Amino acid sequence: MDAQRDRGRQAAAAFKTLMLRSSSDSDLNLYDHLTRLLVQVMDERPHNVVDVIEDLSLDVKRRAYKGEQSPARLCPQTEAAGLMAEAQRRLFMAPEAAEREEEESALPNVSETGFYLEQAGVGLGREEMQRIFLALKQLVESQALQRCRLWGKIMGTESNYIVAEVEYREGEEEEEGNNEEAAEDGETEDETRYSDQNEMDPLPKSTYKPPPEVPKEAAGTGANKFVYFVCNEPGLPWLKLPSVSPAQINVARQVHKFFTGRLDAPVVSYPPFPGNEANYLRAQIARISAGTHVSPMGFYHITEEEGDEEEEIPLDRCEVNPDFEGLPVAEMVESLSAWVHHTQHILQQGRCTWVNMAIKPQDESNDEEEAEEDEEEPDEPEPEVGPPLLTPLSQDTEIFNIPPWTSKMSSTLISEHAIAVLRSNIWPGASAYACGKTFENIYIGWGLKYSGEGYSPPVPPLPQREYPDGPEVVESLDPTLEEELALEEALEEQQAAEEEEDTDEEEEEDDD
Amino acid sequence: MDSDWLNYSLDLVSGNGCTLSVEQRVVLQTSLVILKKNYNFHRVLLWGKIVGLKEDYFIAQGRGEDEMKDKKNLYSFNCLDWFLLPSVTDSMIEEVSTTAKGHFIGDPSYLYERQKQGEGVEVPEQEATAKVTEENRLAVTVHRIDEEASVVPRGAFIRSPHGLVQMNRSFCGLSRSEAGKLDNFLHFSVSKNLKRKSYQEMADLNPAFDFMDPLSEDIPKGLWNLQFECASKVCVMRSRLWLGLTFYHLPMTPQHGYIYIGDGTKNLDIPFML
Repeated sequence: MDAQRDRGRQAAAAFKTLMLRSSSDSDLNLYDHLTRLLVQVMDERPHNVVDVIEDLSLDVKRRAYKGEQSPARLCPQTEAAGLMAEAQRRLFMAPEAAEREEEESALPNVSETGFYLEQAGVGLGREEMQRIFLALKQLVESQALQRCRLWGKIMGTESNYIVAEVEYREGEEEEEGNNEEAAEDGETEDETRYSDQNEMDPLPKSTYKPPPEVPKEAAGTGANKFVYFVCNEPGLPWLKLPSVSPAQINVARQVHKFFTGRLDAPVVSYPPFPGNEANYLRAQIARISAGTHVSPMGFYHITEEEGDEEEEIPLDRCEVNPDFEGLPVAEMVESLSAWVHHTQHILQQGRCTWVNMAIKPQDESNDEEEAEEDEEEPDEPEPEVGPPLLTPLSQDTEIFNIPPWTSKMSSTLISEHAIAVLRSNIWPGASAYACGKTFENIYIGWGLKYSGEGYSPPVPPLPQREYPDGPEVVESLDPTLEEELALEEALEEQQAAEEEEDTDEEEEEDDD
Repeated sequence: MDSDWLNYSLDLVSGNGCTLSVEQRVVLQTSLVILKKNYNFHRVLLWGKIVGLKEDYFIAQGRGEDEMKDKKNLYSFNCLDWFLLPSVTDSMIEEVSTTAKGHFIGDPSYLYERQKQGEGVEVPEQEATAKVTEENRLAVTVHRIDEEASVVPRGAFIRSPHGLVQMNRSFCGLSRSEAGKLDNFLHFSVSKNLKRKSYQEMADLNPAFDFMDPLSEDIPKGLWNLQFECASKVCVMRSRLWLGLTFYHLPMTPQHGYIYIGDGTKNLDIPFML
């Protein structure tokens, strides 16, 4: 009996040590777990214990688990919000120097603009407009600007662009040498490639010369009248956009792509865009400005410069009319002819003033007359003419059967103090408001023109024609054996005939 | 966008330039409350604004017991008088998609017409013209935008075992890192892809939350534009398929909503634009 009890106790002890063995995965052991479980059952006495025992067991296990704090929690996470807050903090720091310039500051009154735009139902929200206001102030202080204006916001996939339109003070502008340097690098690369091949027989160089590029407009005129700065968020540094070239404008007209938000991103498109996203952005800004910047009729008037020939220089300068009285809001809403474009239209060529590309550049020594005689004059291309500056909007053409502008009053309930709002249907996102003597244009959108039912990309050009097949190019078949024999026979007969003639002639001569 | 938080949330979504004037906000606050009382809705949302050539339509949506199925849409011109939009049937959707094109005009009785082409050699006796009123087009557009582009964060709505979809009152918001991922946002419409998932994928899903399709499964990739705006505090998502739809969510708070302010046309050029 004792031996049995001993064996029984031994087995029990062995089993207990087995139960006390802690698991390798968790620090629990079966003995403690079962103890705790049964104690809980004793305390709580749940109904139908046997059915819920598994859940109770899980509960006990969860309670026993001691979660250790992972050391990763100790390092603070640098949240993007924190970084942005640091960047934007600089916006709010008051300027150190207390010098007050007596000149008019170039800073526009963005709060006032924001107030009117809010009435029009357009805008970025008050806080965001205030941040932009402060960011513009930073821009004005860092650059010597004559005029600065909030142009608008263009949205992109990764981040957005806030665009400021800026006019430098005279004489302050930097010249752009970057683009020219890039072009030269490209040429030297080609030359090195050719020099490598000089060791072998030089390959024939292609005589293809691409058609000459239409030259950019000079800074301060036409599409390059203003300089544009962009930043991704107010608080981040402002970056200057390069000036735009007509080729870029023409390709931008055929391309329909979203912006990404990074200025150095490539623009992958067909036809290939000559430049990166900074150039594409600048081209779209130029197109939008040319198409949608409007003002009440009479606000600007064309200044008459003396001494200009009538035909040559188009009037591209207009100045603020000091006698502008302001038009009543009802009139501005009803008729589109109360509004005029005050930016130049961009021609088909991609510039605002037409350049005759058929004239080749002249050598220095030639007189003009000689050059004209030497050239074979191709058909003179007709100069492209666009609508003159300050044309009223009622003359805008309808595209895709929709009126190009929609005008409304900002409020129908309080019409005494309402403002006139104009919204473009061709560049969705472009709006203008006018109230008494103030007006403003703004663009907030994706930077794309309305393309009608569907955009179809331009087709690639037709393949070049091959040289026409003619007998001089086609390989002729070698003559077959029969043909050769026949030819030999014919030749022999001919020779025989000639010999006979000769002998005949000799006989005749002999006779004489 | 819930009418209770209208004032506050309109500032958060105005990144794409579309806001409402103060006058409109004030009128909306009053009229939406009256609307809720009259129609006995559980919640009233300002769905958005569809911009037309002559007039703009303001759209409000009322939600009933089941957030997904009990929806009623109403439109108004002055934010004060609301008219009920007809409920949408499949045949209406088809008619509208083939007939109505271009911008909205702004007149609900405007008729869009399209000549139906005769088939084969038979000379059609009557020239069938499909006609669609702008009101129907509006109803179908709102329905399609809801189907394809309405967004909610994961966990904001739960489906009870009875099948009712309701707001989750213990939703306390996505964390900031979660809000940066597209698969934490779901389409607020009947799921189309759920049945095609493998069992392994479905094992990870929680049937109370994941009865809708996540945005990360949309084809083509790049339809959604996720950004953090307003000094990186608010997660804002814009649709590129329906330009004008904006969704916002403040991380770590239960606030979220979406609004559509645009011209009501689907952006079919999107493959060229991405």
